[in-house]
Amino acid sequence: MAQVPSRSWTDTPELAPKGKKAVPEGVWIRCPGCTAILFRKQVENNLWVCPECQHHFRVSGERRLQQLADPESFEPFNEQMAPVDPLRFVDLKPYTKRILDAQKRTGQNDGVQTGTAFIKGRKIILACMDFDFLGGSMGSVVGEKITQAILVAAERDLPVVIVSSSGGARMMESVFSLMQMAKTAAALARFDEQGGLFISVLTDPTTGGVTASFAMLGDVILAEPRALIGFAGPRVIEQTIRESLPEGFQRAEFLLDCGFIDRVVPRSELRSEISRIIDYAGK
Amino acid sequence: MVRASEHVGGYSLPFEQPVIELERQIAALERRPDAEEFADDLKNLQASRDSLLQKIYRNLTAWDIVRVARHPQRPQTSDYIEMMCRDFCELHGDRHFGDDPAIIAGLGRIGPYKVLIVGHQKGRTTQEKIACHFGCAHPEGYRKALKKMKLAEKFGLPVVTLIDTPGAYPGIKAEERGQAEAIAVNLREMSRLQTPIVCVVIGEGGSGGALGIGVGDRVAMLEYAWYSVISPEGCAAILWKEANPDSNSAAANALALTAKANLANGLVDHVISEPVGGAHRDPQAAAKSVQSWIVDRIRQLKRSKPETLVQRRYDKLRKIGAVAWQEPQSSASAAR
Ligand SMILES: [Zn+2]
Repeated sequence: MAQVPSRSWTDTPELAPKGKKAVPEGVWIRCPGCTAILFRKQVENNLWVCPECQHHFRVSGERRLQQLADPESFEPFNEQMAPVDPLRFVDLKPYTKRILDAQKRTGQNDGVQTGTAFIKGRKIILACMDFDFLGGSMGSVVGEKITQAILVAAERDLPVVIVSSSGGARMMESVFSLMQMAKTAAALARFDEQGGLFISVLTDPTTGGVTASFAMLGDVILAEPRALIGFAGPRVIEQTIRESLPEGFQRAEFLLDCGFIDRVVPRSELRSEISRIIDYAGK
Repeated sequence: MVRASEHVGGYSLPFEQPVIELERQIAALERRPDAEEFADDLKNLQASRDSLLQKIYRNLTAWDIVRVARHPQRPQTSDYIEMMCRDFCELHGDRHFGDDPAIIAGLGRIGPYKVLIVGHQKGRTTQEKIACHFGCAHPEGYRKALKKMKLAEKFGLPVVTLIDTPGAYPGIKAEERGQAEAIAVNLREMSRLQTPIVCVVIGEGGSGGALGIGVGDRVAMLEYAWYSVISPEGCAAILWKEANPDSNSAAANALALTAKANLANGLVDHVISEPVGGAHRDPQAAAKSVQSWIVDRIRQLKRSKPETLVQRRYDKLRKIGAVAWQEPQSSASAAR
């Protein structure tokens, strides 16, 4: 379902999280998939997937890392890299204020964590985007950290796994953020020429400038069930064509049917799928 | 020769009102049977019209510039091809799905060089506009562009791209056929294309749809073109909660979308001056300026080996971005 947002920060506007956190607060939570009331602990132990209907809740970058990497194996780099406000962007609120709020809320400097990790004993470079941080939008920091992750992977001949969750490019950095699309794609061209393996994991939602750059350039592209994946956001499309959209449009299964992703993989199987592909690629 | 408003489709921009008034007086004078006796007055009126136009255009706001960039009589890719290019040979189709008229591609001669030209086409007549989706390309448009660029690479021809799009088309078919993938692949492949690439934003540089043919060794903007991550209206609707003249104008300013701003931020290499009153008033002069920039840059780029070009193109992209360093969770004020 397309959500109607109050505001967003990305080039696909309608994807703003309703609350501040991707995962709802409280001991009991309602599943947005089947409306069942679920015991929080039970959902948490199930990797934030509804045991009733298999709805995949959005999870923060931090949780994603814990779920994917072998325990205690993640070693971050560039944690201190932080956004600046190159355009002194002010709308109803200054961009600097939005950055500070997001930093306080998430404890992160920006919307992606990158580092080395192990998956089932295999060393990889891992990047996890955080939708909680200004809609996972890609500004200079996200673009630069992703680029450096790819280049480090190239240097050390390691596979790179990027888990995307983003509304697209970050508006408040305008062409600075637009150019991160070209920068990350250019880094992947080099990695590709060196025979590097890039596994792109698309989670709900992955849209706009992130989809139209590194996220769609995986050697293998995996997606979580029902994840919204697209270039334009559903509301923009509806407004353009003045029709309502077919059920399942822009969901992972739809992209699979259209031939744009390799596999739809439930969260519980992501670790084994990723390690299997790395094994086949001989990395 | 600066064209009068009535010769640019009768369409006038709101800030040109004082000019329109003068033009009315000029036209009235010209119509008189005894017009010859007023030759001096006519000359004076024309001179003040030109200087007024100059003054207005010197002080345009960012939002005014967006409107100039969208002027219905502003020259489009097909016009530039006609004015700059000899012996143009259009090449159609992406070899997979179809031929998108929203992107024109073909071989041609510009000055002393044989080149491949690729550009967004908005269309002039209603029929053409609809066929071109007002310059919003589908995936097959981006794939056609890449296919032809690979051809240019194979035969050592420089690539010239002309950017003029509100954005890539947002629609069901475009998504089904992989709009995001098409643009992503273009970014990756243009970054390593072993031939010179020069790009000019001639009108609208709308986000990923513009960048999809916009990765090059040299990127210029026409003086009254815009280039941004999102349109000012799109941005206003989201961040100012509604798009209206005030919020559009505020968003246009905030997005730093003008040629001047993008040059100052190091995001484009050059601003190509437009004739007095904008390219729509003197398309020939605009085409001449664009052509001379293109020829000049191709001459420079042709001196380098393709591998060197690709390395430099990469180095240039690699540097783009503004970041600071601080401990996460620190309460220190965001670096500025
Ligand atoms: Zn459920």
